[in-house]
Amino acid sequence: MSSRSRLASCALLVAGCWLLVLPVSARPPGQRATSNQQVLRVCSDPNNLPFSNEREEGFENRIAQLLARDLGATKVTYYWFAQRRGFVRNTLNANKCDVIMGVPSSFEMALTTRPYYRSGYVFVTRRDRKIDIDSLDDPRLRKLKIGVQMIGDDYASSPPAHALASRGMTSNVVGYSVYGDYSKPNPPRNVVDAVAKKEVDLSAVWGPTAGYFAKQSSVPLVVKPFTPEIDLPFLPFVFDISMAVRRGDTALRDKLDRIIEKREKEIAAILRAYGVPRMDGEDGL
Amino acid sequence: MHCDKRTFLTALLLTIPLLACDMPGMHEQKSEDLSAPATGKAQIPAFAATAEDGQWLTPQKDYANTRYSGLQQINLSNVDQLKVMTTFSTGLVNGHEAPPLVVGDTMYLVTPFPNILYALNLREPGGATKWVYRPDPDPAAQGVACCDVVNRGVTYANGKIVMNTLDNHTIAVDAATGEELWNTKLGDVNKGETMTMAPLVVKDKVLVGNSGGELGVRGWLTALDLNTGKVAWRAYSTGPDADCLIGPNFKPFYPMDQGKELGVKSWPPDGWKTGGGTVWGWISYDPETNLVFYGTGNPGPWNPEQRPGDNKWTVTLFARDADTGEARWAYQLGPHDLYDYDGINESILLDLNIGGRMRKTLVRPERNGYVYVMDRLTGEVLSATPFAHINSTAGVDLKTGRLREVKTKEPKVGKVVRDICPAAPGAKDWQPSAFSPRTGLVYITHQNLCMDFEGVEANYIAGTPFVGANVKMYAGPGGHRGEVTAWDPVARRPRWKIREKFPVWSGALATAGDLVFYGTMDGWAKAIDARTGNERWKFKVGSGIIAPPMTYRGPDGKQYVAFVAGVGGWAGAVVTGDLDPRDATAALGFANAMADLKHATTRGGMLYVFSL
Repeated sequence: MSSRSRLASCALLVAGCWLLVLPVSARPPGQRATSNQQVLRVCSDPNNLPFSNEREEGFENRIAQLLARDLGATKVTYYWFAQRRGFVRNTLNANKCDVIMGVPSSFEMALTTRPYYRSGYVFVTRRDRKIDIDSLDDPRLRKLKIGVQMIGDDYASSPPAHALASRGMTSNVVGYSVYGDYSKPNPPRNVVDAVAKKEVDLSAVWGPTAGYFAKQSSVPLVVKPFTPEIDLPFLPFVFDISMAVRRGDTALRDKLDRIIEKREKEIAAILRAYGVPRMDGEDGL
Repeated sequence: MHCDKRTFLTALLLTIPLLACDMPGMHEQKSEDLSAPATGKAQIPAFAATAEDGQWLTPQKDYANTRYSGLQQINLSNVDQLKVMTTFSTGLVNGHEAPPLVVGDTMYLVTPFPNILYALNLREPGGATKWVYRPDPDPAAQGVACCDVVNRGVTYANGKIVMNTLDNHTIAVDAATGEELWNTKLGDVNKGETMTMAPLVVKDKVLVGNSGGELGVRGWLTALDLNTGKVAWRAYSTGPDADCLIGPNFKPFYPMDQGKELGVKSWPPDGWKTGGGTVWGWISYDPETNLVFYGTGNPGPWNPEQRPGDNKWTVTLFARDADTGEARWAYQLGPHDLYDYDGINESILLDLNIGGRMRKTLVRPERNGYVYVMDRLTGEVLSATPFAHINSTAGVDLKTGRLREVKTKEPKVGKVVRDICPAAPGAKDWQPSAFSPRTGLVYITHQNLCMDFEGVEANYIAGTPFVGANVKMYAGPGGHRGEVTAWDPVARRPRWKIREKFPVWSGALATAGDLVFYGTMDGWAKAIDARTGNERWKFKVGSGIIAPPMTYRGPDGKQYVAFVAGVGGWAGAVVTGDLDPRDATAALGFANAMADLKHATTRGGMLYVFSL
């Protein structure tokens, strides 16, 4: 990735100045005015593919390059911070960076752009097991060992974990922390690897994580969306994903909105390359 | 939070009248021992009631956790003359929860991350720095600490200052020179583990515990050799009996805590491996029985519906042999915790006259809002009486020992539950109480907060979207958010209460001058009359106070009182984290209750020493 992105950055030197694109007056209060700030500053997790890593190998890194080009920035710089509790406070709201590349569209801690993709939780199974389940209400689930992602913040688990519990399934459910062991690469992949390693029969995993690591797996894995898309009253398994800027930074948000609209095809191609299951009719499964 | 479809007590719970129970004793059953009227004042056990030497060697002051000093030069008659003698800036802006120590002519002060340890020479005018020890903890530790990057203090023993760092090192430093004597790594920040509690030294062992229950950290108490730093034993809070150091001598009082392998069986398969029950609060020690007492934190990281069962041994009080760590008894204060009511608060060891008989007890102002009086030899609950407004539970069944839950207050994602009291930080969090043998009262600095679980909010962690509970905390009945309660553990009722605008997050100090000192989050250092609660002195410091005050006799023979200012912690996150007060759910909903703190104080760590 690095040589190609370096080439791309060089090509961008001829593009316009970031400061011209975002005048000083449009900067949110408190943001430091620096000269030569012809960069797009992205808040990003250094160790979480397929989204991002510090070698800039994630799809969010790729899309950030796309944004920078259209914004007229000469390059993308990153403020690296593990995406955990306090992420927004320590990155975006600390003025260390200006854009978070992925949050749910209804996220309240920042100003979100229009969605640029919709994905959902999916079932991951081994192809050789031929487990053909596509519903949370399939009675066969009760006989399987199921892996889910554990969150632990906000009194919450991942939506499938809640859904299984409300259907009476807890003793056949195994939790894999989304934090994992941060000293290892891409800790959230553990819930996908568990299927390949036969620790569990099936995992319910957030689409982008599932799609990417299923593609990487040496054991053939199957990724399958499930029904329903929502448990009432409000437990969705499908989420629109947006970019986020600081509250009040409507100038940048409006620019990003226009780029997302204009570059829909390029963004879709990047997401496809990373195996992101789309639930919005764009390369959907 | 969710609750599984438990069968126990369900019918019973539904029949309990859901009255707000801020009347002491309302939901309490009397045990046999309490049938006769209680008489006499509570007393400090002989082992801790030693002659006052004017020092302050451990944050709890003594093994009984009294935070009581026998010094009385500063007293009711002259406290209004107190003035600042010296100050010292830490240069740090996160929450300062650690009280200083005074050993001989030296004061020791540890800061929040990066956990710098200062030794100040009390013989020099103004207190010149003798040495500085910098452990340089891993910066990544800041990202995993749940509730500000606090440290709750260091302890002194045998010429050494023993400290914990946020990145899980326990370190002994030569008290005279600041030279590092040993440095032992006990946990891994990459797995969400941190250390924030104050060590306690018992004989030749250093006792320490970990933090990080929300991240699925498995809790433990570890003993290290004071001379070498080698790990002597580790007692986990969850999992197989062998890991929990539970063996043939384990004799819990209540049937609910008896049985084999409960640390495994009270969880869904493997749930104990990431079960929480971290040990981030206070430890006490009874030399007569050689038992250490400490409580464990909330279960995690599952929310309740995914962890059916009692989730032992989270939210549990343990009594262990101080030499071997072997568990002697345990009492689960909060089986299957629903509300984040960690059980890590201090156990104050007191001798109480109950029904005409002196009982060796421990007194615990618990996060769930009850003052527990327990037999410290057996683990029997003698009484559990509300000291704050409670509606999430309806008392403790003294026959079974079980906390009675209130079904209608059971939080569930996707469901709206209003007016849950106390809120997640509890009626009282980590901030340590004080006890005065002169008044027989326990001085509890605490919160008056309730919370709503309001619908849902989309959130995002490690690239994964989820729906979180939209928690909002706010002042409980009366509209004030903090209280100081003078609690009579014999009569089981408050003698008086002081209302404070903000949660009182500082803990308390009691002295033989019949004074109680505490600090407020808007930056007032205060002294009150220990008998009446009347305010006798106050001074506005530079930042909110969340560290327990302490007192000592200086090399000049004068009594001093020290406060450390530096707002923060979970309660103060709205200031230290510069949170947007419009984010009502920030800091897990605490920000909603604290929006105006930003107008009342600013950040900055500073020691203030007062004298006459």
